[in-house]
Amino acid sequence: MALFWVPLITTIGSLISSRAAKLSRNETAAVALIAPLIALVVCLYHSPAVFNGETLYDHIQWLDVLGVHLSFRLDGLSLLFALLILGIGCLVIFYARYYLSAKDSLPKLYAYLLLFMTAMLGIVMSNNMIQLWFFWELTSISSFLLISYWSDKTEARKGALMALTITGAGGLALLAGLLILGNIVGSYQLDQVLASGELIKQSQWYEVTLVLILLGAFTKSAQFPFHFWLPHAMAAPTPVSAYLHSATMVKAGIFLMARFYPALAGTEIWFIIVSLTGLTTLLLGAYVALFKHDLKGLLAYSTISHLGLITLLLGLDTELATVAAIFHIINHATFKASLFMATGIIDHETGTRDMRKLNGMWKFMPFTATLAMVSAAAMAGVPLLNGFLSKEMFFAETLHAQLLGSMSWLIPVLATLAGAFSVAYSARFIHDVFFNGEPIDLPKQPHEAPRYMRVPIEVLVAICLLVGMFPNLIVDEILDAASSAVLTTSTPVFEIALWHGFNLPLLMSALAVTGGVLIYTLRKHLFQFQATLPSLEGRYIFEQGLEFILAWCQKRIAQFENGSLQRYTIVLIAVVLFFAGAPLFDMQKLVGESEPHPIDMFNAVGTGLLIAGALATVIWHRQRMISLIMISIVGLMVSVAFTRFSAPDLALTQLSVEVVTVVLLMLALFFLPQKTPKESTSIRVLRDLLIATGCGVVVGSICYALVTRPLDSISQFFVANAKTGGGGTNVVNVILVDFRGFDTLGEITVLGIAALGIYKLLNNLPLFMPSTDSEGRKWAREKYPLLLATISQTLLPLALLVSAFIFIRGHNLPGGGFIAGLVTATAIILQYIAHGSNWISERLFFNYRKIIATGVMIAFICGVGSLVFDKPFLTSWFDYFDIPLVGKTELASAMIFDLGVYITVVGATMMILASLGKLTANDEPKANTKSIGANK
Amino acid sequence: MELLYSVCVGVLVSCGVFLILRARSFPIVLGLTMLSYAVNLFLFASGRLTINKAAILSANDQYADPLPQALVLTAIVIGFAMTAFSVILSIRARADLGNDYVNQQTNNKIGVKK
Repeated sequence: MALFWVPLITTIGSLISSRAAKLSRNETAAVALIAPLIALVVCLYHSPAVFNGETLYDHIQWLDVLGVHLSFRLDGLSLLFALLILGIGCLVIFYARYYLSAKDSLPKLYAYLLLFMTAMLGIVMSNNMIQLWFFWELTSISSFLLISYWSDKTEARKGALMALTITGAGGLALLAGLLILGNIVGSYQLDQVLASGELIKQSQWYEVTLVLILLGAFTKSAQFPFHFWLPHAMAAPTPVSAYLHSATMVKAGIFLMARFYPALAGTEIWFIIVSLTGLTTLLLGAYVALFKHDLKGLLAYSTISHLGLITLLLGLDTELATVAAIFHIINHATFKASLFMATGIIDHETGTRDMRKLNGMWKFMPFTATLAMVSAAAMAGVPLLNGFLSKEMFFAETLHAQLLGSMSWLIPVLATLAGAFSVAYSARFIHDVFFNGEPIDLPKQPHEAPRYMRVPIEVLVAICLLVGMFPNLIVDEILDAASSAVLTTSTPVFEIALWHGFNLPLLMSALAVTGGVLIYTLRKHLFQFQATLPSLEGRYIFEQGLEFILAWCQKRIAQFENGSLQRYTIVLIAVVLFFAGAPLFDMQKLVGESEPHPIDMFNAVGTGLLIAGALATVIWHRQRMISLIMISIVGLMVSVAFTRFSAPDLALTQLSVEVVTVVLLMLALFFLPQKTPKESTSIRVLRDLLIATGCGVVVGSICYALVTRPLDSISQFFVANAKTGGGGTNVVNVILVDFRGFDTLGEITVLGIAALGIYKLLNNLPLFMPSTDSEGRKWAREKYPLLLATISQTLLPLALLVSAFIFIRGHNLPGGGFIAGLVTATAIILQYIAHGSNWISERLFFNYRKIIATGVMIAFICGVGSLVFDKPFLTSWFDYFDIPLVGKTELASAMIFDLGVYITVVGATMMILASLGKLTANDEPKANTKSIGANK
Repeated sequence: MELLYSVCVGVLVSCGVFLILRARSFPIVLGLTMLSYAVNLFLFASGRLTINKAAILSANDQYADPLPQALVLTAIVIGFAMTAFSVILSIRARADLGNDYVNQQTNNKIGVKK
């Protein structure tokens, strides 16, 4: 079975579990167990090959350009973690069925747990770094969901958020690190990255990459100084803690270090960072754990300490240290998971986890007590248990450390000290809870847990014992496979034995045990001493930091986003100005090589008029009517420029748009103040002038640089094919309706949408209609002058004829749907001006919305029509016909498309102007003070 | 002539930007209109300036670049739609808010007329 099935099965399991609301609790648990069991079988099926030293791959090519593929691998390390994840996962699912009370949703927990399992399996089995990172983030998200399972509790939400923030931030650092790593190697495939260790270590980016990836690992594995999220994550249900915070999630960081060991480890900087972080975490966790009154708090800090121990081992420069690290991963997962489960039972049956209340539980729950005591002894490192073996290996390896030069003897001493504290808190766990007198007002009468709730603990404790007594029999193969995957060289010769004779590590173990018991018996003094110390909680620093950042951001946003459009615009323009202008200074010469055209009289006069019009618009911009007239001069000169420079179609379009725009703006001035008061301070005017001039200079220079350089255009294609392919001689029109017809279809749709938007904006408008103009003059009494009315009526048929002419000839000569549409619209608007909208609406029954829709539909259907002939969308067709009276005529399907354009343009333009114009015609202009509410 | 053309584009951009930076809606609409002239002329210039070479196929063998022309043609029409939309928006804003300021007013005047 292919490897990708493993995470896929658990994903499916998660989906099924989330839908299991109607099943009984036993059935739900059984359903949830199916997926991990199948996945476990798949992994076991592949294990013989892996034990033989093979690495299995499963590769699905995906995004080649980005180097992202669906790629899975199974080597010794992956297999070890997969077995832990799935094996302990099954036990946790079983355990959770008894742990959760009836009012808590079991399907929800199982769905999240299986999702989390998928994510973990994805991490350990990924052969692509981007894919690995995806699953890494998925663990952060799914653990957030799991920790906040009791989402009604504040501490659960806070703890979940803290875990998400810290591990999420670490995840971003990891992503950056992986991207750099991928860049160095030239591939995101892990097998290639792991084989390029030398290349990576010689790269100038090595230190940065290492720190970024370690940040990811340290945050996930709760290493100092990021350790503080883990105790707060204890707000999760205990099965979740047993799973996430003993065996899986926190081990993901350890896994990451082990996975990238061949690529990144072996340098001085690796050893220093990793071992010192591990050592600090080990000591800190072991020390603080002793003072926690909450059972889960004790276990949390103990976990931090053991993670530090594994990290320290990975940072020691010997191969055996790495073997010890992997061995301790297995051991810690087993004894810590069983301890969490035992804690869950105690909590479940007594209603509290406070060790000051819990005493003498031995009498009430002897079985659970026995199991917990064995696990706690393994945690302390008592002989005949698995914890003893790996701890002894750890002690032995610290003796070889040469990290601190002549002060390297400190490492074994500190390790022994941490060992002593570990014995002390284990002793506290056993003695305080199960002995030490009578319980003090427990919320519940304690009793033994249900039979089956103890089964998962029994399994784990059995493993602790078996590994502790027959290590070679049970873990030899997997340890060998995993170690060789990490070290990539041949596996070092190692022998795990209970008895190595009287040597230093044994002495250290003995010292740790005696010291631990001593510390525990003298704990009263230590507690008193600890109480006098100022408490330095990572959580407060974290929360204060978070608040500070939020407040800072809000302040900056408020400063920046102050509601002033003027400020936004000026910032935007200044940024554009800078980035558009800066490259100009790198240019050698502004003027290009083309031969310039000579300046003639026409051009000089036109330029003069255009500049004068533009400046006049600005100068008189407070007199709005005058500035409107001035800007229309500019528009006119622009269309003259188009005529001059061989663009008749543009000139026609610009001219007709100009007419429509000016009419529209004049209409708008009726509803707006006719004058702008003087408001800007002189300094602001000066600033705006400077920015505006800067923009003009930059754009003008770019324009000059552009037009004086030779042209290399793709347009030869259009010129060559317009007649033969498109059947027209007006290349611009052929481009619009044929070559780029799809663009045009989009554009007329936008036009229609804009018109509909305007229609909607004018709906229910509380009008602000003045009865006089701004100088107090009344509007003209003669609303519709006779002369204009008569002439415009005569002009209408002529204008329509002209527009029909422009439309028909458009394919071959200047013209076409856009221009014809605008001409028609102008002709109709003239009628509106001359007669008023009431007069028109009695004679014309057009619904402009329907006209717009018709136009777009015609253009669209014309495009679809070509599909009927098995041609791509919007393929045009043309031929020549002999029509009586007219002569030889060309007919092209593109003309139907152009008709759609024509109708849309007419509809949209009329809709905009007529809707606004109609507002003035309802009754005599007067001050309308109706409010918005009155119209609803 | 290329120089004059570029100067025109520059002046139009300057005037447009200055008008856009005003505090009332109508000058901004004028500024947008002015800027779209400038942008259209600029885009058009990317096909270079040619005289008497309209892209109407005939016996000539040299034509003005038709592609920028086609792009600018639709840009003019869309520009009109945008101008129309912004001017109607300013009418609506004046009707709803009672003034034609574009900046958020500190003492919000919504509902003053009620």
